[in-house]
Amino acid sequence: MKTTKKLVMIGNGMAGVRAIEHLIKLAPDSYEITIFGAEPHPNYNRIMLSTVLAGGSSMDEIIINDLQWYEDNRIRLYTGEPVVKIDSANRKVISRSGIEAEYDKVIIATGSKAFILPIPGADKEGVIGFRDIADCETMMDASKTYRKAAVIGGGLLGLEAARGLLNLGMDVTVIHINGHLMDRQLDEPSGRMLQRELEAQGMKFLLKKQTLEITGKKRAQGLKFADGTSLEADLVVMAVGIRPNVEVAGASGIDVNRGIVVSDWMETNVPDVYAVGECVEHRGIGYGLVAPLYEQGAVLAKRLAGIETDGYTGSVTSTKLKVSGVDVFSAGEFKDSPDSRSLKIQDEVGGVYKKLVIRDNKLAGAVLFGDTADGASLFSLIKSGESIAGREKELLLGIPSELMGQSKGAKFESMPDDEIVCGCNGVSKAAIGEAITAKGCTSVADIKACTKASASCGGCKPLVEGLLHFYAGDAATESKEGICGCTSLSREEVIDEIKRMRLMTVKEVMNVLEWRESEGCSKCRPALNYYLGMLWPEEYVDEKESRITNERYHANIQKDGTYSVVPRIYGGVTSPADLKKIATVAEKYNVPLVKFTGGQRIDLLGVKKEDLPGMWEDLDMPSGHAYGKTLRTVKTCVGNTFCRFGTQDAMGMGIKLEKAFERLNTPAKVKLAVSGCPRNCAEATIKDFGVVAIDGGWELHVGGNGGIHVRATDLLCTVKTDDEVIEWASAYLQYYRENARWNERTSNWIERVGLDSVKEALAKKEDREALVERIEKTLSLTTDPWKEIIENRELRKNFEPLADVQTVKQ
Amino acid sequence: MAKLLVGHLSDIDIKGSRTIRVQDTEIAVFRLSDGSVRAVENRCPHKNGRLSEGMVCGDAIHCPLHDWKIDLKSGRVHEPDDGCVTTYVTEVEPESGSIYVTI
Repeated sequence: MKTTKKLVMIGNGMAGVRAIEHLIKLAPDSYEITIFGAEPHPNYNRIMLSTVLAGGSSMDEIIINDLQWYEDNRIRLYTGEPVVKIDSANRKVISRSGIEAEYDKVIIATGSKAFILPIPGADKEGVIGFRDIADCETMMDASKTYRKAAVIGGGLLGLEAARGLLNLGMDVTVIHINGHLMDRQLDEPSGRMLQRELEAQGMKFLLKKQTLEITGKKRAQGLKFADGTSLEADLVVMAVGIRPNVEVAGASGIDVNRGIVVSDWMETNVPDVYAVGECVEHRGIGYGLVAPLYEQGAVLAKRLAGIETDGYTGSVTSTKLKVSGVDVFSAGEFKDSPDSRSLKIQDEVGGVYKKLVIRDNKLAGAVLFGDTADGASLFSLIKSGESIAGREKELLLGIPSELMGQSKGAKFESMPDDEIVCGCNGVSKAAIGEAITAKGCTSVADIKACTKASASCGGCKPLVEGLLHFYAGDAATESKEGICGCTSLSREEVIDEIKRMRLMTVKEVMNVLEWRESEGCSKCRPALNYYLGMLWPEEYVDEKESRITNERYHANIQKDGTYSVVPRIYGGVTSPADLKKIATVAEKYNVPLVKFTGGQRIDLLGVKKEDLPGMWEDLDMPSGHAYGKTLRTVKTCVGNTFCRFGTQDAMGMGIKLEKAFERLNTPAKVKLAVSGCPRNCAEATIKDFGVVAIDGGWELHVGGNGGIHVRATDLLCTVKTDDEVIEWASAYLQYYRENARWNERTSNWIERVGLDSVKEALAKKEDREALVERIEKTLSLTTDPWKEIIENRELRKNFEPLADVQTVKQ
Repeated sequence: MAKLLVGHLSDIDIKGSRTIRVQDTEIAVFRLSDGSVRAVENRCPHKNGRLSEGMVCGDAIHCPLHDWKIDLKSGRVHEPDDGCVTTYVTEVEPESGSIYVTI
């Protein structure tokens, strides 16, 4: 015989009633249901309030469950009757007017309320939240009498409220504390595009404003801000966030943090008391969007119906702004992070912005502005977590790959077998195909180990990846790649361990972190040597045996085993005397080739190793470091010294920068340039750090590269003085030193971590100063390597042969 | 066959290398971190890179030109590359530290 249990729900909102609807379907007649609602309405669609306000719907149209529904399902409904307490000992709830209802199970679904800023004047007439039908009615009434409205909060709700007030004929200003709108869902470019669009609709904005006080006598008359400015307003809508309604739970001995704490099955700490919706906190998160609340409701309904179910594990949320004429969609992650990559389209002419955030070949988030047609399909990809490798551009552009000219598969299919994929190591398509099909390689790392494809410059890695998917299909795996074959630890893991255990030598790192090869390899040894030197500039003793050949011999090894010598010529500015000296040395040592480098320096090529120290001695110039992972050159144009277009002293700045940073150890080589005007003759916008003079200041550009993958710089910032140029350059280079992987150029690094993260790290003056201090400490400890070798017999011996045996007695 | 005295242990840094020339052949002599001394012809079988200038890791040398890895005991090139360099017998006199290479 079926016994009917008593179920009481506190709250009559969307999340709770949805769970009840679900429960009724799963287990009809198993509960006798009572609902207490604080509002005088049946369950209505709160999300549609902005549409009501905007004049798109009437109040009646947004009712989800009318009174007839409650009757049909034999639900006893008390409206306008808030519950004050759950008496769990006697298993009953008690309402404000004293109604008592017994329960076997109780659901708390009290939702949330608008957060009203605790500032003076917040209690004045004309100050409201935007939360319920009553708020809507207040706004509609106000619009009949008053003209000036202020909405505090430039988030989703605030903008929807503002749009509604605009429709009611009010003059609306949105006040936002952040620098761009909807900063919880949008990145800066899309936030700015949204603002432009809303401004065109007549909305006004005050960004980065903190409201201190609401002024006026009985009714609000204006706002005062922290920066001393003010604004007139006779209606103030606070849309700065929501606060879970936890009073009932708190009064009933139920665990509450920000929200009511629930398990994955929506259980509170009190037996038979459940909670669902905006009033709860699940795994530390409270949700204010409807989809997660429905997911919670579904779990709760199954639980109450006695059906086996997996718990609720949290939600990835998506947001759409409901403002006519503006399409905004945001889901999952929207900011760049060190371990994600992003693809973007920014079309400010057509008003379209799209951004996909990708981590480990999976879609982690998306932002769409202007064209949100793909929102739903992108959102399902985010939730499914499937690999989107090879489809990234297709997803971004919204065009199937077949229509984008050749499809990916077709491209690999039509590639001839003997086509060289890896130009550095001469690996053909067929060789990679064989490694996958015959030798069982299932990852790029396997293919690299087996064929050497992508082992050198790495430029062909995308092709190798593509071929891997072409041949192996779903068998392709992402193997975790350590910094080299000797370990599976990543750069970050290695650095964390070095810091944590204060490891001080390469050998110690390898021993403690259980390297597979006891002395490492030519990849990890120089990397560890760099990381240790970067982390412990004062204590660490550089291991020259762990330096790459060029850095051990302080010259560039050539294909025939000879070396090249490049003396330092600061800023590319030389003198007749230095040129004569260089010419004399070149003749004395029979240098076969004298050439200008791409970076405006003089290269003496074809020098025998044993001649190097002698030549350096005769040159008596500092090393040009044309061989190392360090500052190479600062290329300059002539600037305003001679050029009629020049606006600043480019040569002087170049020399200053080169003198500041010469000898600095960096993860990979670093090239700088300074142009004296925006014509940019020094090509500063393809350098690791490029400085372009403008009238009255300098533009600082970062992350450029003229090498394997040409990349134009991103603008970091614009500064006024020479000292600021040095400060930003120092801070930027030190941040790069501390965060990039060994052998990672700034261009790749910026692509990987995102420009925004670099900007953020350098934004604060005190952070820059700390970075400057660290780089200066490191720089103060460097010495000229040529001079050191000339003067030190022990070092010099390595440039000379050990023995020369002309005859061998048999 | 001839055993040549080519120098002393102190002439070569640990994980370092020096070269000797015997008529037309250049030989790289390495001092490994385990104390042993190895000698091989100073030419990578790939593109003739001078192995003496490479990086010593354990028993192997990485060629400075294209990072081929060669075992200094056997002279064999590590996978995935293929090849072999000529090795020479070496001897270190414990008392004096004198290094002999047999040609």
